[in-house]
Formats: sequence, C-alpha cells, structure tokens
Amino acid sequence: MTWVVVPGALRQFTGGASSMQVTLGDGATLGDLLDVLAVAQPALARRVRDEQGQVRRFVNIYVDGADVRQAGGLSASVPADAEVLVLPSVAGG
Amino acid sequence: MTDFLLAIGTTKGLILGRSNDRISWTLSEPQFFMNGVYAVAIDVRGRSPRLLASATSEHWGPSVFHSDDLGVTWAEPDEGSIAFPVDTDVSLGRVWQLAPSLSEPGVVWPGSEPQGLFRSVDGGEHFSFVRTLWDHPHRPDWGAGFGGAAIHSVLAHPTDPGRVVVAMSTGGVYRSDDAGESWSASNFGVKAYFLPDPWPEFGLCVHKIARDPGEADRLYLQNHHGVYRSEDDGRTWTSIAAGLPTDFGFAMVTHPRRSNVAFTFPVQADAARVPPERACRVCRTDDGGDSWTPLSTGLPQDDYYGIVLRDAMCTDDAEPAGVYFGTRNGDVYASPDEGERWSLIGTHLPDVLCVRAAQIA
Repeated sequence: MTWVVVPGALRQFTGGASSMQVTLGDGATLGDLLDVLAVAQPALARRVRDEQGQVRRFVNIYVDGADVRQAGGLSASVPADAEVLVLPSVAGG
Repeated sequence: MTDFLLAIGTTKGLILGRSNDRISWTLSEPQFFMNGVYAVAIDVRGRSPRLLASATSEHWGPSVFHSDDLGVTWAEPDEGSIAFPVDTDVSLGRVWQLAPSLSEPGVVWPGSEPQGLFRSVDGGEHFSFVRTLWDHPHRPDWGAGFGGAAIHSVLAHPTDPGRVVVAMSTGGVYRSDDAGESWSASNFGVKAYFLPDPWPEFGLCVHKIARDPGEADRLYLQNHHGVYRSEDDGRTWTSIAAGLPTDFGFAMVTHPRRSNVAFTFPVQADAARVPPERACRVCRTDDGGDSWTPLSTGLPQDDYYGIVLRDAMCTDDAEPAGVYFGTRNGDVYASPDEGERWSLIGTHLPDVLCVRAAQIA
C-alpha cells in the first residue's frame, strides 16, 4: 500500500486526514499515482497538477525522500509500499 | 434597510465589506487567504445575489468559486469549473475577469491568462472554452504585458447576445458579431507608441474597456497611454484624453445608468507609475469624454504613491451611484455620491486587484 502524505493546505479535500492510502500495481509511476488520485480525490489532484497533467510549478513531490523532479518526473517509479510526500515549495510574497 | 456589499479582491484574499449607508463599512476577514483574487463578480440578475470569485494559489493553482449566501460559504465542482482543453498545451494561470451577461440569464464570460475566453450558461459553475478566439491567426503574436498575457475585459452587448467585445493585454480589442463564431481585431484609431508601427491592426496594450449604459455602441478605453471612445461598438476609436491630467492609467468604469458618465484613475506615465503630482484623484466625465472633472474631496493629495489597477475601480447600482476603488498600497476608498466625496474604508490591506459593489437589499 502506498501512503500519500498530504500537506495541511490540502487536507480540506481529505476530510482532514494527513495521509491517504492508494493501491498501485507493480511498476507504477508518479503519473499512475496521480491518475488514481484524480479519480478518488479530484479536487485534491488538480491542485497538485494542472490540466496538462504536469505537477504544478511550486508543488514538490518526494517518493521515499527523493525529489521526483530529479527522478524522472511523472515517470518516477513509485514502489507499492512507498511514502509519497506532497509539499508546497518555498514561493510567494 | 438598505444593504450594500463591496467585494475587494487582493493579492492575499477576498475581503467583503458591508454597509447600510455607504459611509460606514464593516470589512470581513480575508477569505481564500493567501490566494490572489484577480476577479470577482456580484451577479444580481437572479432572485438572490450570487458571488463569483477567481482565486489563485501560487502553489495550488487557480479556481473559480461561487457563493449563494453572500460569501458565507463557497463551492466549486470537485473536478473544477474551468480549465484549458488538453490539446491547447497550456494550463490556466488565472482568471482575470468574470462578466455576467446583460442579455442572457445565466451566462457568465471569464477572461483568462493566458489569453483564453470561456463561457458559462449556469451562472458560473461550469465553463466551456471559446475555441474560435483561441484559434485566431493573430494568437501566436499576442504578447504579455507586465501583469501577464490575459483577456481582462469582456463586454457582452446588453440586447444582442451575438455581439461580444473583448480586450487583452497585449493584443488589443477583438469583436464578434456572430456569437463568437468569428473574431476581428478592432483597434482602429488606438495608438501603440511602443511599436515600430504605432497604428497596428493588433498587438496593442489595451488596459480596460467599458460600455456606456445608455448608448450600447458607445465604449470607453483606457490604453497603455491613451484614452478613447468608440461610437460603433468598438470598430473605431477616437481620443478623449484631452482634459485629463495624463493619458496613462489602468481602470475605466462607466456609470450604472447615466449615459456619457465614466470614471478613470490617471497614472502619471508608463515609466512613472504614481498618481500625477502624487495626488490621489479620480477623473469623471459627464459628457462622454469631451471634458473631465477631477474628484479629490477626501482623497490624499500629498505624496500618495498608490495607483489603481484595471479592475480595482467600480460603481454600484444604487441611486446616486457609489464609486469605489482600491490601490496597490492597500487603501480602499468609497464615494456614495458619484465621486463627489470620498471616505477611506479600508487601509493597510494587501494590494487591491479588483473591487465590485452592489446594493443587495
């Protein structure tokens, strides 16, 4: 089971839960995970990536501690038991 | 008892003001905190007012919300209300305009960044993409002003749903006479001093357009230097800048009922974005732009640096009309008498991006 850790700003879309479980198949990628989220939690998912399917510029995602932007982006591998951390980057004025 | 609502969109949220007399106002805590609220609408066409708000999080992206209880609660579809189609290869930056149609109940026109036009037929809960304008052959040459590349003005004709005028920065004015099936650049007479050809067909940095309430074909335009009037629904434009302290500015607002009355907030120049003489003043015309009257009673006249962005001035729909503006340094002023006297009703707020007001009871 993959755990997705949700930042405080997005917990209004998870009923207040700080994390949620997602079941992925073998060989799943970050794109696969976000596709699952788009069905299960569309309001949350579209805040993580835009309508072109790209992770928003000021959103960072870590799979087991590794920044996905350094690990293939949407093609980054997401092991079945991974912890996926969604965090806002440092941005804003 | 009369009840007025003032919606103030800022860089850090939406603040709602309420007043019974348009002199004493109560301002709410910010909603959509830390979201830039670039557009807001108070839609009074139905039996009860509906509020629309474009809220953009730098992290989590843009959304358009609606509220049927005067901003107590807000809603949007889980899947979102507005987005670019996948085949455009672009994503929505922010919604810059939410314009309820005067001729079609339920229709709302948003303009977006990048330069997209959308249309809702359910009062702003869902929006469809107007592909015909996106597919215009000029689009590859449309550019971005300092604030971004956006459609910021949408003027549906008050009686003919087939006629729509939009303005974008940069690009200029475009018109449709066939309900959006086709679009034509419509900038004849508007100057682009910053281009090698100062009278281009398109590519202009139009800052705002507004429609006269009595003469539907009469429009007013605040340009990136230049103030203009059209008598033919935007086909051609003539200068009405004479009599203004400067021809630069962003806002252009018309009276809710009286023909020939418009308001603008002059800014010194492109290269000097402060009020002329650093004196805060609104200018009003009562004759379609042939002459202008500065309005400054109650406004700071010394060392004032705040300017008014393109959607940060509005009127309400009461009699006499109230006029409102917010500045980039977070001041909000209100006039209950068409600009004759002003009161500071909010200060030290975040940069004000937009204001809209209405009498709701």
